[in-house]
Amino acid sequence: MTDETAKDYDAEMHEPTHFFTKYIWSQDHKVIAVQYSITAMAIGLVALVLSWLMRLQLGFPGVFDFIDQEAYYQYVTMHGMIMVIYLLTAFFLGGFGNYLIPLMVGARDMVFPYLNMLSYWVYLLAVLVLVASFFVTGGPTGAGWTLYPPQSILPGTPGYDGGIILMLVSLIIFIVAFTMGGLNYVTTILQARARGMTLMRMPLSVWGIFVATFMGLLAFPALFVSGVMLLLDRVIGTSFFMPEIVSLGEPLAYGGGSPLLFQHLFWFFGHPEVYIVALPAFGIVSDLLSVHARKAIFGYRMMVWALLAIGVLSFIVWAHHMYVSGMDPAFGYFFAVTTLIIAVPTAIKVYNWTLTLWKADIHLTIPMMFAIAFILTFVFGGLTGLFLGNVVVDVPLSDTYFVVAHFHMVMGVAPILVVFGAIYHWYPKITGRMLHEGMGKVHFWVTFLGTYAIYFPMHYLGFVGVPRRYYDYEDIEFIPDSVADLNMAITIAALVVGAAQLMFIYNLVWSLIWGKKADSNPWKANSLEWQTPDTPPKHGNWGVEMPTVYRWAYDFSVPGAAEDYMPQNMPPQPFEAHRAAHPEEGPEEDKPGEDKPEEGGT
Amino acid sequence: MSILTKPWLDDGKAFDQAPGDGGASLKTTRLGLFVFIGVATALFSLFATAYYMRMMLGGWQVLVEPWILWPNTAVLLIGSILMHWATRLGRRGDMVRARRMFMAGGVAGILFLLGQIMAWQQLIALGAYARVNPANAFFYLITGLHGLHLLGGLVAWGRGLRKSASGAAADKVTASMELCGTYWHFMLLVWLGLFLLLLVT
Repeated sequence: MTDETAKDYDAEMHEPTHFFTKYIWSQDHKVIAVQYSITAMAIGLVALVLSWLMRLQLGFPGVFDFIDQEAYYQYVTMHGMIMVIYLLTAFFLGGFGNYLIPLMVGARDMVFPYLNMLSYWVYLLAVLVLVASFFVTGGPTGAGWTLYPPQSILPGTPGYDGGIILMLVSLIIFIVAFTMGGLNYVTTILQARARGMTLMRMPLSVWGIFVATFMGLLAFPALFVSGVMLLLDRVIGTSFFMPEIVSLGEPLAYGGGSPLLFQHLFWFFGHPEVYIVALPAFGIVSDLLSVHARKAIFGYRMMVWALLAIGVLSFIVWAHHMYVSGMDPAFGYFFAVTTLIIAVPTAIKVYNWTLTLWKADIHLTIPMMFAIAFILTFVFGGLTGLFLGNVVVDVPLSDTYFVVAHFHMVMGVAPILVVFGAIYHWYPKITGRMLHEGMGKVHFWVTFLGTYAIYFPMHYLGFVGVPRRYYDYEDIEFIPDSVADLNMAITIAALVVGAAQLMFIYNLVWSLIWGKKADSNPWKANSLEWQTPDTPPKHGNWGVEMPTVYRWAYDFSVPGAAEDYMPQNMPPQPFEAHRAAHPEEGPEEDKPGEDKPEEGGT
Repeated sequence: MSILTKPWLDDGKAFDQAPGDGGASLKTTRLGLFVFIGVATALFSLFATAYYMRMMLGGWQVLVEPWILWPNTAVLLIGSILMHWATRLGRRGDMVRARRMFMAGGVAGILFLLGQIMAWQQLIALGAYARVNPANAFFYLITGLHGLHLLGGLVAWGRGLRKSASGAAADKVTASMELCGTYWHFMLLVWLGLFLLLLVT
């Protein structure tokens, strides 16, 4: 490098030096990612405590006086809303999306850093408005996370006063924040990739986040529309969704609106939302499996197309959430068919993950254990989805604990296992230190086995016909006494699993100070984020010289290579050129393409 | 494409496909704007769908469109043309006239917003409140959101004006004009769609 390029680099980067601009009002994607993650974790802890309280009531009904019916419904509602939107969506896209996209595609930062910073602060505002609803008269809304009108905005539902208003306002603010972030993710991936980084060479993590962001940008407007209209119904008394209704003996001024219209709009957002959470998890887990099994991901191109297929299909299945709302059987048939078709690309992904592990050099590191646990849990939750996707099976099961078990397995536990695996995987890059392994193993086993102890029995509760959403089950004839015992066991498991998460957070803090120092590429991975000149990467990520990409991220255990991994910025090797010139010597799969001799790289 | 092709292997074209010239160039910003336009299109289409579905249900009375919407539409159309003109002049290097057109295009946007507020006042004067009739409620809601989007465009316009006043390079100023122009055309299209929806129902 010449002095002049170095000077240009410094001038162009103008790295902030003041503490305030460096860590608080930061426009650096890595700092914003950490801000997003910490905020999401903090609000996630609130949701964790709410789930404890909920389980305490179900496991030990009547023992805890402060949990009355109203409080119970508020816990249920806020737990669901926080986990789906403010934790999982924000963590995968705001946290991992922000951290990984520029580093993995080889950019210096997001293309609109200022907008990116704004996205975080608006997200924080949404979280604060949500938290504020705990402190207004009447407390937060208890309408259920789906906020179905008419009950969500009528007196009698907890949080009628301020809670529901703040909830809707918070969602609207969140959507604004997400849109600002999402514009950045999409544009960065399309425009700021390093030299040689074609779309079909991107790591699957980036693909997953990319497709999920696109889906979010198209699906969140539906939540925005339904949220604004519900807010107007509540605040100024319009009748978008409100039918003629008698409340507490008094006919209300509402009339003519349709609660079903709300349900359609809500689920037009709500179903893609499941995949907005799942697709980044699919992408990330593919990379974890490949790196820790020292083997190329099986069927890379199929994996990409499966992500896209799932993304498209997820927009035409929403009404399977509404079978019990009543619908024309022909509609039910259509949505059951589309729902079952989604199983095809999803199964492709599961097979490919399994085939990646087949005959691989599996390193049972903590990220790998979480990744394998994800496959098991996701298959488990996915299979119960096949039951629920069929109208005739869904109708009797829809209002029971079977559904609670299904969606927690498939979109609660499975993605959260990936979040954990990904944190153990990338923590060394983010902080320069390894997470404590002993604590990590305890965390893994307690979380993995514990969540099965929680959700496995719930399937049986569902088959017995225990209704969900009930505050308690006393004096209900068809529910056997053994249900109470099972509920108690589930509650104890939930308390233990929750405690393990507190230990995980302790580990995050402990390892920051006392953790083993990590070198720049502790897992010997190929993707670009592990090839930065500094660990943790400095402002601008790459120092003076930008990386050049010569290969995909999955060249593991290549026959003839000096080591069992070949980073994406490693120029073509002599043995590859030799093999290209003599294809008859090696198997077809190992034949590399012609590469222009380019300078740069490592 | 054969199932055996391996797009991640280098066919010699990789460096053309991903030349690594990122950063907030005009091309990047233009793409960002188009993605945003996609999001806004989804938003307004969903409102139109909700409008259509709600229309078939009870309590719906046909909205009498205030006459001022016609001149408003004309003003927005003129604004769009002015913006387009500004970009063309800017590309030709005639920055003085380009700036004049650019300024006039933004003023047309402001006039349109004022006109929309007058439309609201006309409706309110007639007693057409939002809670009386869902058609009224949709009118306020959709025009309000369209107005908010245009207001956001005016912020970008203000930044463009500041850029041209501070003597920035001509191509940067023209880039601002082009982006504002694209957004103005989009706002016009959305408005025409919404107005048509109001007129036929």
